[in-house]
Amino acid sequence: MGQGQTGAGAGHLQVRGGALAAALLAFVALGSRATPPPEIEVDVHDKASLQRGARLFVNYCLSCHSATYMRFSRLARDLDIPEAVAKQNLMFVSDKIGDTMQVSMNPREAETWFGVAPPDLSVLARARGVDWVYAFLTSFYRDPSRPNGVNNLMLRNTAMPHVLWELQGWQEPVIENKPDEAGQPVETVVGVELAEPGALGAEEFKAAVRDLVGFLAYVSEPAKPLRQRVGFWVLWYLAVFLAVAYLLKREYWRDVH
Amino acid sequence: MSGALARLGHWVDDRFPLSKLWNEHVAQYYAPKNFNFWYYFGSLALLVLVIQLITGIWLAMSYKPDAALAFGSIELMMRDVEWGWLMRYLHSTGASAFFIVVYLHMFRAFLYGSYKKPRELLWIIGMVIYFVLMAEAFFGYLLPWGQMSYWGAQVIISLFGAIPVIGEDLALWIRGDYVVSDVTLNRFYSYHVIAVPLVLIGLVWAHIMALHEVGSNNPDGIEIKYHKDPQGRPLDGIPFHPYYTVKDVVGMVVFLILFALVVFFAPELGGWFLEHNNFEPANPIKTPEHIAPLWYLTPYYAILRAIPDKLLGVLAMGVSIFILFLVPWLDRSPVKSIRYRGPLYRWALAIFAISFVALGYLGTQSPTEVLTWLARIFSITYFAFFFLMPFYTRWDKDKPVPERVTSK
Repeated sequence: MGQGQTGAGAGHLQVRGGALAAALLAFVALGSRATPPPEIEVDVHDKASLQRGARLFVNYCLSCHSATYMRFSRLARDLDIPEAVAKQNLMFVSDKIGDTMQVSMNPREAETWFGVAPPDLSVLARARGVDWVYAFLTSFYRDPSRPNGVNNLMLRNTAMPHVLWELQGWQEPVIENKPDEAGQPVETVVGVELAEPGALGAEEFKAAVRDLVGFLAYVSEPAKPLRQRVGFWVLWYLAVFLAVAYLLKREYWRDVH
Repeated sequence: MSGALARLGHWVDDRFPLSKLWNEHVAQYYAPKNFNFWYYFGSLALLVLVIQLITGIWLAMSYKPDAALAFGSIELMMRDVEWGWLMRYLHSTGASAFFIVVYLHMFRAFLYGSYKKPRELLWIIGMVIYFVLMAEAFFGYLLPWGQMSYWGAQVIISLFGAIPVIGEDLALWIRGDYVVSDVTLNRFYSYHVIAVPLVLIGLVWAHIMALHEVGSNNPDGIEIKYHKDPQGRPLDGIPFHPYYTVKDVVGMVVFLILFALVVFFAPELGGWFLEHNNFEPANPIKTPEHIAPLWYLTPYYAILRAIPDKLLGVLAMGVSIFILFLVPWLDRSPVKSIRYRGPLYRWALAIFAISFVALGYLGTQSPTEVLTWLARIFSITYFAFFFLMPFYTRWDKDKPVPERVTSK
């Protein structure tokens, strides 16, 4: 139960798509060494999940992290949340529905408190990838040597406290002796395990974080569902155009010998 | 109706060579009838240029060339501006598509000897276009003001610092500041949206004029103008319009289908077209672990990194681009097309193509000992293709070239 997200998955090669890579897959094995986070599925079309994610976001993230480029009005419209409900349940700092998701905290004060100002989360899911964000949020563990009493498997010595502790509970690190470059055994954190359960069971918590990560994925590109819908019609149009263009070409080229 | 239109046509023709230009360059421009797959990429490059110019106009309406606002202006454009996301993805995908198309267009020249006499100047103008296009892409890549934009520009500008005596001052002059800053962003914006596009359009015009002066090469690499009918029309030529206009439209639609697949379903293309950490705003005090330019510049970047000395690396990188200009004189073969060339050139071209793609891949990766070693090998084969060209093209066992073009 609650075993580490990151310990497994070693040797899983990170292969970037693309034409150039295809011919050169042989080199990829030599190229990437870091252990990638496990893959998770998020669906930005699942509005119920996005609504749950939005609620988690405004309750647990938005007090410190802004999403400066995301407007509440857009959020309400895209997620089928009536404006009145959005104002009541999602907007704690402002009541203008056209506002973007700002924090009331002064960034300079935040820097004094945390060491770094909490980053804006508008496009975090695109910068880091949903897998990374999920692994980050689920891999906080107790570390008395840190100012917040926690450390993280994905972001070593993170300045962020474990804000989801009420839901997840507390995890302890799994430590193994691993040889370093010189061959000396070094205590290394290889995973985490749940020590004190929180308000949610392990599976419930994972589902909640998936909702939250899905919401962050939505926030990082709200136009994605529209983009895919339009793309579908564009491709149909081009397919018909191709048929017409090809027949026209064949007709003209009949007399070329 | 058509009478009125014809009268208007005459009225214009009396004052401007409209029909004359149309006939000379389109309707009565005779192109060889045996163009194959490789001959789509010229017109496709023109299509991508138009896509970039038009989407660029709309992007400039919402983009703010200001270090404090640039990153956000693009994000807001993609959310708050109607179809802003589409303009942005068309432009970002167009940048990579431009290089894919241009690289295939250039490879065609190597396949069929299109740079050989009398097309040396056509090739050189094309090479200048390629060089200017790299500059245009480099300037444009700073504008999103993400981490890769910022640090990519920082690294590439610092390369000028390796030039002895004037290097540091030159880098400072390009940047306009001691580090890449708002000043740099403003001037790069100016170059990207007006200075370089003007030069590019002029060069493309010159490229087409030079092409129409000497006539198109073809997969057989023989001149169609040596065999003409009594009216003076090449026997193996067909008017560009309507034959190649209708054919190129087919090519364009196929291209647009592939293009739309990326724009609408994978605009980042796994980080190859839009890099992941460029979604992190530029931070001058946080250097990313791994800095690489976008894929189309990485072959040269790999050559640069393969050489342990910075000045020699920059020099090698410069030579690796400049040497392309000399190809018409390095190639001593009497035969143009690969169809009638001997095995030496075929092998050389295959090794060159592999080296270029491999260097491109290696340039995107963090250098490890093994990868640097591979980059050195491929750098050597890259240069060997050019430096040994005068020899292997002369010694090659070429085949007899036919008098007239062959179909298929």
